[in-house]
Amino acid sequence: MPIYRSHILICGGTGCTSSGAGEVTEAFKKAITEKGLADEVLVVPTGCHGMCEMGPIVVVYPEGTFYCRVQKTDVAELVEEHIYKGRPVQRLMYSAGEDVPVIPHYKEIPFYGKQHRIALKNCGYINPDNIDEYIVRGGYEALGKALLSMKPEQVIDEVKASGLRGRGGGGFSTGLKWSFCASAKGDKKYVICNADEGDPGAFMDRSLLEGDPHSIIEGMSLGAFAMGADEGYIYCRAEYPLAIQRLKTAMAQAEEYGLLGENIMDSGFSFTLHVKEGAGAFVCGEETALMASIEGRRGMPRPRPPFPANSGLWGCPTNINNVETWANVPQIISHGGAWYASLGTEKSKGTKVFALTGKVKHTGLVEVPMGITLREIIFEIGGGILDDKKFKAVQIGGPSGGCLTEEHLDTPVSYESLTALGAIMGSGGLVVMDETTCMVDVAKFFLEFTQKESCGKCVPCREGTKHMLLLLEKITEGKGTMEDLDTLEGLANMVKEMSLCGLGQTAPNPVLTTLRYFRDEYEAHIRDHKCPAGACAALLEYRIIPELCKKCGICAKNCPVKCIPGDRNTGYRIDTDRCIRCGTCFEKCPFGAIEKK
Amino acid sequence: MTHMKIKSLEDLKKIRESSRDLTSARSGGETVIIVGMGTCGIAAGAREILTEVMAELSRRNIDGVAVQTTGCIGMCQDEPLLDVIRGGQRVTYGRVKPEDVSLIIAEHVVNGRVVDKLAIGRAD
Repeated sequence: MPIYRSHILICGGTGCTSSGAGEVTEAFKKAITEKGLADEVLVVPTGCHGMCEMGPIVVVYPEGTFYCRVQKTDVAELVEEHIYKGRPVQRLMYSAGEDVPVIPHYKEIPFYGKQHRIALKNCGYINPDNIDEYIVRGGYEALGKALLSMKPEQVIDEVKASGLRGRGGGGFSTGLKWSFCASAKGDKKYVICNADEGDPGAFMDRSLLEGDPHSIIEGMSLGAFAMGADEGYIYCRAEYPLAIQRLKTAMAQAEEYGLLGENIMDSGFSFTLHVKEGAGAFVCGEETALMASIEGRRGMPRPRPPFPANSGLWGCPTNINNVETWANVPQIISHGGAWYASLGTEKSKGTKVFALTGKVKHTGLVEVPMGITLREIIFEIGGGILDDKKFKAVQIGGPSGGCLTEEHLDTPVSYESLTALGAIMGSGGLVVMDETTCMVDVAKFFLEFTQKESCGKCVPCREGTKHMLLLLEKITEGKGTMEDLDTLEGLANMVKEMSLCGLGQTAPNPVLTTLRYFRDEYEAHIRDHKCPAGACAALLEYRIIPELCKKCGICAKNCPVKCIPGDRNTGYRIDTDRCIRCGTCFEKCPFGAIEKK
Repeated sequence: MTHMKIKSLEDLKKIRESSRDLTSARSGGETVIIVGMGTCGIAAGAREILTEVMAELSRRNIDGVAVQTTGCIGMCQDEPLLDVIRGGQRVTYGRVKPEDVSLIIAEHVVNGRVVDKLAIGRAD
């Protein structure tokens, strides 16, 4: 048995791959072979470590030393100094800022300290392309336990006891949903994994599929056994090639071991799994549209009932759960429902994975117990606002969610508390905004997205979102009226109440919450023709401050429309009528002598 | 990877046991062996000591022991230095020769008996 004294874990998630992790991995392999260390040091590509903004991330064990932003040019030094001579390289370690001492170890970094990893347990710790590593971490034990010693009803009871609720955003009790499908009449049943993650800024499901594909396969197998299904589909968007590749590798390895396919572990239970690549329509994340797409039809939702539990894929009883929901199942069966239910709040149990993005210092993937406050997530785990600007709002739940303000930062996060504030848990996207973000512009951004993604089947969503968008465009250009605000609010409520599916029902949330919490900003655009955050280009005015101007002429030279007349003796001024508000002069001025208002 | 089919929890356990080395280095380990690999250590033959440590652990099929390297600690005259941390106690062995490694591993790492004739320092 070969023993490796040191393991070098290199993040192979999408974030780190795009910042050069592939080259770093190759460089490590080469350097280790050249140093004659190939028999004692193992290079392991892993899934996402979560701290994507600091990538590529390298963790060296047994010490657990955490290196960030490692480039291929750093590799020779790391191997020579740390691996060979045992002298960790300080300059590549994590630090919270300049002049702040480095934190050498993975576990001591605040970003990880507050997290509680259940769904992400193996993410960034194992090589997702090696089933043996998953098994060493207790993988497939839950499946074995269920198949060989439990009745299907007992599996459902454990899931019920865990209090697990749909992590895709719906928040419906998973155990209850399973029991509906289990008791539905039909010889053929299906289970589906909804991996059609489409919210801007969300990458929880992607990272799970890439970092720990076996947990989803095992979770689905457990669900199929509990509900009496023998076939399953993972519906994953084609834009996630790495996730699809890792899933397929994992499925092939599980089949080889007899953990997927015919007569699993001699129990008589068989389960066939397929991966269906979606074309990336946002509406296909809605369960009935998703099933239509698997069946080869156009992805459009249909009214419910009948619910999928009774009539789903090809008319058969079907259960659909999100990636994160499935990933939690094996551990619930291993450790028991009560264990899972011991975490979280009264009605929202367990943990939730959030994708932290926007104007926050440490963007990335975090898993936290339910009931944690937004302040803890953004300021303690996320490290606060970028460039120490002022926090303004956080959009929670993606384009279907809502904007929450500073006064909500201490709200414990749960399905109920977020819904009460007008936002939703959604799939777990958290977009942080600072004082330079215009809330009208944000509402417009999300509405542009949902309006484009509306499938067009029902009128309220198709026409309503379009007209809401037109009104928002009018307001951001300074041409809005106070009546427009009432029309916008009326339309938003109508679209919310009358749309056929979740897409339309939640699309107005960003508008409604920004109207509720930031109405003064809308009014400033309309009444004063000003954008308080200085983000809406049409309402900006650039001006040279004569007291600060050194008459250098750099602004005039760089202006693309030549609207800054003057010379080095008399000075310069901006011709506002001809100015296209591109901001070039503002950025180029070396003396900060240009202001925008 | 083998092509065996897993038929029971026992089979699963076998794979877990036989693959434990895959992640054992990541869990730290109760006992730690540290080899001084500063310039002085390398000049005195520390590399051979490290290789011998790995070979001996492999021969005896011992996992759960973390093997680390470290830089110069200032006792250059006694290199190669090898430290064993076991049960919270750290013992430093000096002027270690490759043939001493199997003795240190058998006595101290496995059985918990410090090899006095080679030990030059300890810290609790």
